[in-house]
Amino acid sequence: MSDTVTTDAIDEILTRMAKTEGALLPILHAIQAVEGYVPAEVVPRIADALNVSRAEVHGVISYYHHFRQKPAGKVVVQICRAEACQAVGGYAFAQEAVKALGCDFHETTKDGAVTLEPVYCLGHCACGPSAMINDDVHARMTIERLKTLVERARSQA
Amino acid sequence: MSVKIFVPRDSTAIALGANDVANAITSQAKAKGEEISLVRNGSRGMFWLEPLVEVEINGERHAYGPVTEEDVKSLFDSNFTQGGKHALSLGKTEQIPFLKNQERLTFARIGITDPVSIDDYVAHEGYVGLKNALGLTQEQIVQQVTDSGLRGRGGAAFPTGIKWNTVRATTGSQKYIVCNADEGDSGTFSDRMVMEDDPFMLIEGMTIAGLAVGATKGYIYVRSEYPHAIDVLNEAIVIAENNNYLGENVLGSGHAFHLEVRVGAGSYVCGEETALLESLEGRRGIVRAKPPLPAISGLFGKPTVINNVISLASVPIIFARGAAFYRDYGMGRSRGTLPIQLAGNIKQGGLVEKAFGVSLREMLYDFGGGTRSGREIRAVQVGGPLGAYLPQSQFDTPLDYEAFLALGGTLGHGGIVVFDDTVDMLKQARYAMEFCAVESCGKCTPCRIGSTRGVEALDKVIAGEEREQQIHLVRDLCDVMLNGSLCAMGGMTPFPVLSAMNHFPEDFGIDSKQAGSKNTAKEAA
Repeated sequence: MSDTVTTDAIDEILTRMAKTEGALLPILHAIQAVEGYVPAEVVPRIADALNVSRAEVHGVISYYHHFRQKPAGKVVVQICRAEACQAVGGYAFAQEAVKALGCDFHETTKDGAVTLEPVYCLGHCACGPSAMINDDVHARMTIERLKTLVERARSQA
Repeated sequence: MSVKIFVPRDSTAIALGANDVANAITSQAKAKGEEISLVRNGSRGMFWLEPLVEVEINGERHAYGPVTEEDVKSLFDSNFTQGGKHALSLGKTEQIPFLKNQERLTFARIGITDPVSIDDYVAHEGYVGLKNALGLTQEQIVQQVTDSGLRGRGGAAFPTGIKWNTVRATTGSQKYIVCNADEGDSGTFSDRMVMEDDPFMLIEGMTIAGLAVGATKGYIYVRSEYPHAIDVLNEAIVIAENNNYLGENVLGSGHAFHLEVRVGAGSYVCGEETALLESLEGRRGIVRAKPPLPAISGLFGKPTVINNVISLASVPIIFARGAAFYRDYGMGRSRGTLPIQLAGNIKQGGLVEKAFGVSLREMLYDFGGGTRSGREIRAVQVGGPLGAYLPQSQFDTPLDYEAFLALGGTLGHGGIVVFDDTVDMLKQARYAMEFCAVESCGKCTPCRIGSTRGVEALDKVIAGEEREQQIHLVRDLCDVMLNGSLCAMGGMTPFPVLSAMNHFPEDFGIDSKQAGSKNTAKEAA
């Protein structure tokens, strides 16, 4: 957040989007797309731009699971925890993933590289268990495939 | 002439390797010097066969699947571009029983066309509905929707025509059409398929809705978990604008209609219409008390039509073929067709569009082919995380809104999640409460506190502590949640919990007499 390029990017987002109808979520999405999360320092600036209180902005950020308040690892692994995946071994798959990655859900590995998040349905419910690794979707997952894919993503990150 | 080869771009197909297959086909064709034209179509919805590769020969499509990247060379070696036999040959696509036995109205084009080709869309009956609607008055448009018998496909099943008529009759300086594409129910993907595989159909449906009520602006609120759908919609909207199907003067009619995609942020309760409107306005997705109805005071306090993707996507065919054509499908008060989604532990999972009235058993066994694991089906959850768990004895229930209400369940958005005999129903009941606790917006006490207490009580049942009292407590909590919650989140979470207890008491360590002693799901509904 300290470097000026990023500050400019936030300014650009706020200038461009502040006047749109219901601007807060689109602004937060745009900031997270640039920063990887929504830094606490930008909250007052968003509040200023939209003429709302800081509490309102913070309330929205903390309400939605999608918005992060701290940086994530370069590799974000989302594993579906919902019923259709549960029906095809989703519970066991999730437990094995926690073990294999060495971090729990909502956590990042010690080296800071991989963040594990739960997701409630990716819409591939006929072919579970489903997972998303950064922007790539994967169905009929096994723990071996997860390990391979995470390793590949790590090396590319 | 080059051979047309189809490889789906639907995200489930991609999740199973369709992009790798498409790349392999392109490079193999090049290596062999064969001239092909590769079309990235939508999915046919036979997901156990994805990636499903099709070849067009004399105007007929021949299917091969499931194809992996490694299979591509052997496909070329067996001359599949001329319809050659291969271990993965499935014959003519249209003759595959899973597809042949469907009644595809809303999904008629899906899997056949290139989703972002407007020429393809128009060549397959696209925009016939809008052109017909442009010749009608607002009252006549609304009347057609009412006559079609269309009810909200998001799950609440409210008559679409009545909703539209309220918005039409309400005055407002600005009116909105909002598409609820926050398809959060596990076991559902029909909205996702429409958005990814036939986006112009949704755009056309929303445009007709705009004409009907005098709205000039529409929003599609898509969940952030659907990045592919968001991209395809944005691409399709630009194409529609460039071809005058959206904009200041739609097809020269003098009517304006603008469309914008808005992205959710991982909140299940935003699928509830008033929470969705709050989210669109830039706030936390907290449920509003009704009245006022969104039709009278909705987005930014303006009259707003808010409909599910499938409801809006069903509109074009109603105007292309007529209200009677649509209404003649179905049973009782459930008219038309329902895109049913077979999910979970199912051998042949995917999308089946059928007229209402087909039995659950037909879905599970004739279309679904039983479980993927090969074991016996023990329970199915119909209608998403808020739907009841049904035992085998209820498999003859017809898929009909009223029939499911009578069981103490919901048909919901048409998702069916199958579990085999290894399922622990106590664990599933606990999950239902846990999900409600995670996703509750927190506005009303029964949902916010009830679900948390429900998890605690069920944890004690799991640990074997005061089992009888805890189950009594869970039933009391369910009673309060059912009758005292502000919206369906808290109000329907008891459906899976009570149905699990009532139909599978052995998993709760209680006998069946005790299970049925108090507020059965049926009475409660």
